[in-house]
Amino acid sequence: MNKLRYLKDVVTLELDADRCTACGLCLEVCPHQVLERQGKTVGVVDRDACMECGACARNCRFDAITVRVGVGCAQAIINAAIRGGEPSCDCSKGSACC
Amino acid sequence: MNKSSCCISKPAGTSGPDGPVESVSTQLTWRDHLAHCKVRWNLGRMGFVIAPGLYAVGQPSDQSPVLVTANYRLTFDRLRRELAHLDAWILVLDTQGINVWCAAGKGTFGTEALVQRLRQERLAERVTHGQIILPQLGAVGVAAHEVKSQTGFQVVYGPVYARDIKAFISARLKATEAMRRVHFTCYDRLVLTPVEIMLSLKYLVGACVVFVLLSGWTREGYAVRAIMQQGPRVLGNLGAAFISGACLGPVLLPWLPGRRFAVKGMVIGFIVALALMLAGLSGSSLETASWFLVVMSISSFLTMNFTGASTYTSLSGVEREMRTAVPVQLTGLGIGTVLWIASLFL
Repeated sequence: MNKLRYLKDVVTLELDADRCTACGLCLEVCPHQVLERQGKTVGVVDRDACMECGACARNCRFDAITVRVGVGCAQAIINAAIRGGEPSCDCSKGSACC
Repeated sequence: MNKSSCCISKPAGTSGPDGPVESVSTQLTWRDHLAHCKVRWNLGRMGFVIAPGLYAVGQPSDQSPVLVTANYRLTFDRLRRELAHLDAWILVLDTQGINVWCAAGKGTFGTEALVQRLRQERLAERVTHGQIILPQLGAVGVAAHEVKSQTGFQVVYGPVYARDIKAFISARLKATEAMRRVHFTCYDRLVLTPVEIMLSLKYLVGACVVFVLLSGWTREGYAVRAIMQQGPRVLGNLGAAFISGACLGPVLLPWLPGRRFAVKGMVIGFIVALALMLAGLSGSSLETASWFLVVMSISSFLTMNFTGASTYTSLSGVEREMRTAVPVQLTGLGIGTVLWIASLFL
């Protein structure tokens, strides 16, 4: 079965090659192999596979990665539109969604 | 919060610098499996929470690995089941009964919570190797370098799935490429559908009430007899729309065309509406047209909601898809409902 793919060219992931030291921790934490070591830096090789979970950016001590972190969840976006605030997994008022 | 009594064997097995630590079994009982079923069906799942803290598997020493996890019952049970014949520590964070990935997104499985828990359990006095193993998906909420600078503990990101933890430990804490990948198999999607059904039940009940009440309208005025006549078909067709959007859409995800979940849901909704028509369950041609619109709109909406349960959708992507999908769904449902009401009078 082919890898499931979401929409093209929407992801906000950016990598600053000047800051990157190719320590490789981002490669370890990415659940979708979006990044790849390219010599003395790391490159974005599969941008559309990124789900903006933010694991790479959070674990980059050199601040080389930026991404708008959030949950890709329609219900969360609906809840945020109704209640205000940012979409989050916090739909669990008594029940849990995930 | 009470310690979950099902899986904690007392008396406690291991004592350490800070008193006894509760031991956990690596065997799951029928009670555990029953609890997992209930969790999957969203039945009192918040009652199945593991008390945060330190647990012992086997007879752990100051050399034994430390595995950090969430206090979601399914997560904790899955982890301990994989640790048979090992001596290890399990450090459970208070994620309020939510799994590691979602809790990491919310911050309950985060740097601060981890640092606090490490200090509270005085882990530095129990182990000498200075390493803690986190599930890879915990990286969403935890910054390894911050944990290091605040506690001295080195965070090692383990495999995504608990089933690989033994191989990871035997390989001296090295994960293979395959261990680092998140899967989303047919089975993964199937076990998520009961919760989808339970969570969308509110929509189903609402739609059923509205449609059944409306079905009493006829050219001769409002009649209970008309409700009895139309009711079963209304409930059946709405039920089919829900099965389509909350079960068929998610399970058939890779085989449905389009990248957008709303499109996938609409396609399966079309197929279901076609099946209803061919089975003679959608009435006159006007009513049939209305059911196509209603079933496709509901199915599209519910499959779109499955983005939250999927493992590969981004916030930016879902926002983009919703900007067009939601107006289309609302329009489809609106026109469908109007046509359906019109069909009652023809």
